[in-house]
Amino acid sequence: MNGRSLLLNVAVRYLMPLLLIFSVFLLLRGHNEVGGGFVGGLVAAAAFMLYAIAHSPAEVHDLLPVSPRTLFTLGLFMALLSGLLPVFGNQPFQTGLWLPEPLPVLGKVGTPFLFDTGVYLLVIGVILHILLTLAED
Amino acid sequence: MVGLLFSGLAATLIAPFIVRLPVRRAAWLPGIFPAAIFAYLLFSLPAMHTSRERIASLAWVPSLEVDLTFRLDGLGFLFSLLIALIGLLVVLYASDYLQGHPQLGRFYAALMLFMTAMLGVVWSDHLLGLFVFWELTSISSYLLIGFNHEEESSRKAALQALLVTGGGGLALLAGLVLLGLSGGTFALSTLNLRGEVLRASPAYPLAVGLILLGALTKSAQFPFHFWLPGAMAAPTPVSAYLHSATMVKAGVYLLARLNPALGGTPLWNTLLVCFGLITLAGGAFLALSQHDLKRLLAYTTVGALGGMVFLLGIGTPLAVKAALTFLLAHALYKGALFLVAGGIDHATHTRDIRSLSGLARAMPWTASGALLAGASMFGLPPTFGFVAKELLYESTLAHPAAGWLILFVFLAMIGMGLVSAWVAIRPFLGPLSFHHAHENSWLLWGPPLLLGSLGILAGWQATAVGELLIQPAATAILGEAQKVKLSLWHGITPYFLLSLATMALAAMAYLWSKPVQKSIERFFAHLAPLGPERGYRRAMNGLIHLANFQTNLWQNGYLRVYILFIILTTLALATGALLFNAQGLHLPAFTPPRFYEVLLIGIILAGVGAVVRTTSRLATIALLGTVGLSISLIYLLYSAPDLAIVQFAVETLTVILFVLVIYRLPKFTRIQGQPARWFDLFVALAGGTLMTLLVLLVTSETFVSLVSPYFNASSLPLAKGRNVVNVILVDFRGFDTLGEITVLSLAAIGVFALLRLVSQDRKKP
Amino acid sequence: MNILIALATGALFTGGLYMMMRRSLVRVLVGILLLGNAINLTIFAAGRLVAFTPPIIAPGQSRPPDGVADPLTQALILTAIVISFGITAFAVALVRQTYSQTGTDDLDLLRCTDVPCPPEPDWEEPQEGNS
Repeated sequence: MNGRSLLLNVAVRYLMPLLLIFSVFLLLRGHNEVGGGFVGGLVAAAAFMLYAIAHSPAEVHDLLPVSPRTLFTLGLFMALLSGLLPVFGNQPFQTGLWLPEPLPVLGKVGTPFLFDTGVYLLVIGVILHILLTLAED
Repeated sequence: MVGLLFSGLAATLIAPFIVRLPVRRAAWLPGIFPAAIFAYLLFSLPAMHTSRERIASLAWVPSLEVDLTFRLDGLGFLFSLLIALIGLLVVLYASDYLQGHPQLGRFYAALMLFMTAMLGVVWSDHLLGLFVFWELTSISSYLLIGFNHEEESSRKAALQALLVTGGGGLALLAGLVLLGLSGGTFALSTLNLRGEVLRASPAYPLAVGLILLGALTKSAQFPFHFWLPGAMAAPTPVSAYLHSATMVKAGVYLLARLNPALGGTPLWNTLLVCFGLITLAGGAFLALSQHDLKRLLAYTTVGALGGMVFLLGIGTPLAVKAALTFLLAHALYKGALFLVAGGIDHATHTRDIRSLSGLARAMPWTASGALLAGASMFGLPPTFGFVAKELLYESTLAHPAAGWLILFVFLAMIGMGLVSAWVAIRPFLGPLSFHHAHENSWLLWGPPLLLGSLGILAGWQATAVGELLIQPAATAILGEAQKVKLSLWHGITPYFLLSLATMALAAMAYLWSKPVQKSIERFFAHLAPLGPERGYRRAMNGLIHLANFQTNLWQNGYLRVYILFIILTTLALATGALLFNAQGLHLPAFTPPRFYEVLLIGIILAGVGAVVRTTSRLATIALLGTVGLSISLIYLLYSAPDLAIVQFAVETLTVILFVLVIYRLPKFTRIQGQPARWFDLFVALAGGTLMTLLVLLVTSETFVSLVSPYFNASSLPLAKGRNVVNVILVDFRGFDTLGEITVLSLAAIGVFALLRLVSQDRKKP
Repeated sequence: MNILIALATGALFTGGLYMMMRRSLVRVLVGILLLGNAINLTIFAAGRLVAFTPPIIAPGQSRPPDGVADPLTQALILTAIVISFGITAFAVALVRQTYSQTGTDDLDLLRCTDVPCPPEPDWEEPQEGNS
């Protein structure tokens, strides 16, 4: 990934934020329209990989606030937590709990949304972890 | 009682940590557990005397109505007393014997586990609970025999013991289930009241056979006796505890416990008498060919266990009392002698009786312990062993076939008497052979001395012991109230004379030890090739060879042969199923496809064809991407936009994945020649055709889904989502998704481990 | 259209199986990829092909229209696609590592890398006079 292309560099500079916003958009509307945590995560991971190809894998590491490994661990725990929350309220594992009022931007928020966000983070983490490991090897 | 068992499990878990505490004598702390049992038992003693039982119950599998019920009666009491008392002494003994051993924690953990399991065995009132604890004793015994796991012989002995007792355990499970089914309950106490029904049931002979198999393997009866001498690879405290005083007696316990339910038939009595007698005589004589202290004791243990089984087989009230008395006497003297053997080993680093002599001067305390225990084993009055031996003779003489039986018993008792002299006297007399030998710490000679003294005390107070311990136990075995009056002196009776003759002959044989041992050794040298242990090794070798053979046949290492087999099997099964169920199946009606559909499918077909043929790496990646994108378009066309977008994203990432590693992958060369390729193509084509046919047949049927209508109808009201696919993923089937994302994380960790950890390993050297 | 999808499935299966039977490890990898797609398509077809009615509830409605595509198969395939990416990545790493460690990707030569080639370990030699 040393041969850098100016064109790609410039394109990525504008594409990546767009892709990331698009991925969050996919995640948020996933419950009602086409989208969801899986595909959102895939798109976000693709955005980061584009950056890795245009610049270098190390720069992706600098860009991310936490390492991919932390990211997918976090996602897994988030998904698990969303299932455990109802248990504390004496309900079966993974019962859907919802806030009574919709929030602005996010819409209706409940444990399934938390679960989907966990999936989103996990997919980004897993794919970046795999691809960056391979790229740096 | 349940609390005690749970604290035993807790002790197992914390034992490795507390023995490391920076307290003086931290290794004594595990002894709190047996001490607590002991206290509990003393507290229950009055209840036992009035033949009351203690019962505790705990729901285990409520849906199957399996409860863990525990019941402490006279028989269980006698056993638990031995478990607690000898357990406590062994904990103290081992704290010195294994002092500073790096694996001390592991040792105590296994020992606590064993103690808990053994208590569970003798307290369980439910057949399945008993079985579970029974197997736990086998497992903890395995761990303890293999304690010195760096030595191959230890590992082999442990495995042998586990296979023999575990195999017996399997038979036992089948037998217990059979027993429970024909008795209509799994509660032991109820079964014991239904003896007549059980004995009349058609499953009775089979159940007896299977249960005997379990009990006889556990108690090392002929022809399964060989694992017990092997088990001497365990540290000596373990041998004293598990392989002489407690665990091996579990088989005897089971036979005694089931006596009211199963006993009293000619089948039961004959089998027990035969196996017991052969083991009694065989064990005693095999012992005479040994030189190693522990092996000498192990073989006489085998013999003694045979004696108990023999007595239970006779089955008269007198014989049952004799068996219990013998059991108690044996546990006391044999436990002590094993501990003495350990002490000698500790001081001199040998256990060969031919090189040991004169230790009495160097180790006076050990010697006195040995002497007391040896006297009991020899059967000298006023020891408890003497009481037991008289009872043994008395019950044998009362048997209808006394003439033959008494001969075997008599000879066996002479053998045991001789061994007791070899073990307890011979190493201590004569000139001192080890000048560096010195007395061990009191922890090593105290416990055997205490056990030996208890043997004397019990003999002296035989009447009290009989009333307090033997009588409740005999009541439990026979199912009706018993009076037990033990006493040292019965007057001049035939069995007293027999006892005297035994002692005289054993003493004479001791004077001619060398020739006796030589000739017996020679005798067994001829017999050894016929022994059952050889059969065990043959069977194990045969098993390994069979496994090798079939592994080489099926797991031949050629992936394509596996796939070939899978395809051919599937083809054969599917073709068969289609042929036999052809009616009602029909192919779908042909509808003229649209142009873009033909185009898409054309791209897929061409892409697959080209991928198979190309040898260029870049072309392969590009073609795979094309095929994947076409499939994503199919998803889009057929109402699956979510799938389409995910497939699209994954294809993109897959291409990136391949691009990242492409130059580190080998070239896509062809290795095989033309004929192999054509053959494989033919097979693959057959598989593909089958799948085409299946898809056609399936899609032509009307679609009936049992769950999807529910998902469709409940998505909005219950899960507040309009995208049903996403709702299924995150809500209805969220648990599946949780599993799937866990798999994904594992894949990521796996890739990292493969690439990073391996390359780090390579950098090191 | 059923016939065309069935043909595509058959072709993917044929290609996948054929590639799985190659001796070259990378070709096996390609086979796994093709086979994954083939299986997804089979499941998809088993959920029946319905054009232009995705299982999404339109605003104002309380349930999807009748004759909607089966949502369950789609949910199954969706996770299968993502997981197959994980599997592919793992397989790629495995192949790459195998190649760099052994210098070959010929499966026949790799047969004897972890066990000696005719594997005949004996349980134990019979020892005389041990009991």
